[in-house]
Amino acid sequence: MAHEHPPDCPLSVHDLTVAYQRKPVIWDVDLNIPEGKLVGIVGPNGAGKSTLLKACLDLIPKTSGWVHIYGQPYRTNRHLVGYVPQRESVDWDFPVSALDVVAMGTYRRLGWFRPVGKTEKSLAMEALEKVGIAHLSGRQISQLSGGQQQRVFLARALAQEARVYFMDEPFAAVDAATEQAIVTLLQELRDSGRTCLVVHHDLATVPQYFDWLIFLNLRVVASGPTAEVFTEDNLRKTYGGKLSLLDHAAEAIRRS
Amino acid sequence: MTWTPDDTWIAATGALCALACSLPGCFLVLRKMSMMGDAISHAVLPGLAIAFLVTGDRASLPMFLGAAATGVLTAVFTQWITRFGNIDQGAAMGIVFTTLFALGLILIVQAADHVDLDPGCVLYGAIEFITFDTISLGPLEIPRAALVNGGALLLNLIVIAALYKELRLGSFDPGLADTLGFSSGLLHYLLMTLVAVTTVAAFESVGSIIVIAMMIVPPAAALLLTRRLLPMLLLSSAIAGGSAVLGHWAALVLPPMLGFERTNTSGMIAFTAGLLFTLAWIFSPTEGLLKRHTAASGPPGDPA
Repeated sequence: MAHEHPPDCPLSVHDLTVAYQRKPVIWDVDLNIPEGKLVGIVGPNGAGKSTLLKACLDLIPKTSGWVHIYGQPYRTNRHLVGYVPQRESVDWDFPVSALDVVAMGTYRRLGWFRPVGKTEKSLAMEALEKVGIAHLSGRQISQLSGGQQQRVFLARALAQEARVYFMDEPFAAVDAATEQAIVTLLQELRDSGRTCLVVHHDLATVPQYFDWLIFLNLRVVASGPTAEVFTEDNLRKTYGGKLSLLDHAAEAIRRS
Repeated sequence: MTWTPDDTWIAATGALCALACSLPGCFLVLRKMSMMGDAISHAVLPGLAIAFLVTGDRASLPMFLGAAATGVLTAVFTQWITRFGNIDQGAAMGIVFTTLFALGLILIVQAADHVDLDPGCVLYGAIEFITFDTISLGPLEIPRAALVNGGALLLNLIVIAALYKELRLGSFDPGLADTLGFSSGLLHYLLMTLVAVTTVAAFESVGSIIVIAMMIVPPAAALLLTRRLLPMLLLSSAIAGGSAVLGHWAALVLPPMLGFERTNTSGMIAFTAGLLFTLAWIFSPTEGLLKRHTAASGPPGDPA
């Protein structure tokens, strides 16, 4: 039992239950995620994927259980964590530029009261370059396309200079070029030893993008290397009777 | 028209109050909770009444603290009802402030034998009479209202300058603020405290109509003219200050022209802000009515 949750794990979750108004949204989740993996979190709508991310980041209260980031509670190790929320979670008409938003990734290191300076701006600029939209740094964020907005969010997470990243549907409603850019970026992060947990919806691309998978539907159906757990059996257990989806996935399995 | 030194004080006090309100107002508008100023300005009434009933006199400090405390409570109650009652924020605000305002009215009627808290005076204030209540600072006789509103403006300036990046982050993405260790709840209540203190300062001296107008109208007009936060704060301040000076001037000039004896300065200031908003709406470079008629295409946007 002592080795059930190795302390050097980027993310270990123990017996986590989260409930809204006494109704459990995720139930008894137990996870150990190894370092340097691209981890896909998949499951049907309402399976609790975003809830799992938010509970890991202390954004919503846990009913029971605990979450450790590199062996410590989130509060202690928040400097090791980067977060990409769902794109719809903010008001894109807010009067800030792309650079302003990316610079927000540096705020934790700045701490309270210290204003954004040259160092932070150049860090933000570098992050924008990495996602390929440095030329749009001065633009107000409502004047960016959906794909560009998603890139801004990714750049902001890069500016956090984290070791483990939590991303809530970064591929939702983006164009093909952006999707490819995000995949390349994720692979670069993985290759430099970072761990990325990504909520993902498109089963067809799952085996191609991720090397570790968490199948979630209220409980963890399966968690492990993609080669081992991406099976029809696990898909059926996770998605139940949604057959059209399963056909789609079965095809992906054949291709992989 | 004769513009006396008293008129300068009235316009200056109006401008100080308008500026003090428009600064936190920008963040209220951006957080889509513009009516919080309105709610708080009504909800402070029971705080004033209770402070009076407890202390038995109209000394400013207890009244001020009582009112500011009820103002912050309005925000707390609104948050609770929204979260636990599953009711949208606008409705929750309406429930809280009408209930507190009604409680305030009842308490005031109870205390009516002893106190002259005139509900009419509360609404549109008595900015014309501020020069009767002055405080001597060296050679200067400064109206108390100018000092109180100037103090509120100074407080807002200091807090917003010191916590500019935190307030911007908390307003734009409270979730990220929390994960980075900047409590979005703390920032929310800090802003609500600024709104409450500003409201009470203004309410006591110049009436609540200026508060309600200045917390919403100049920020909304500024947002039509710029897409950056700092320019928005500056433009909003300029519109607020301009409304106060123009409004008082109009209150002096217009009535004789139209054959009335006099008008109400607070009302005129708030009305001027509305006129300036209309101008911003017509001439806005991005959303303006003129722009919509002259250009068929929207703002430029590159394909990804």
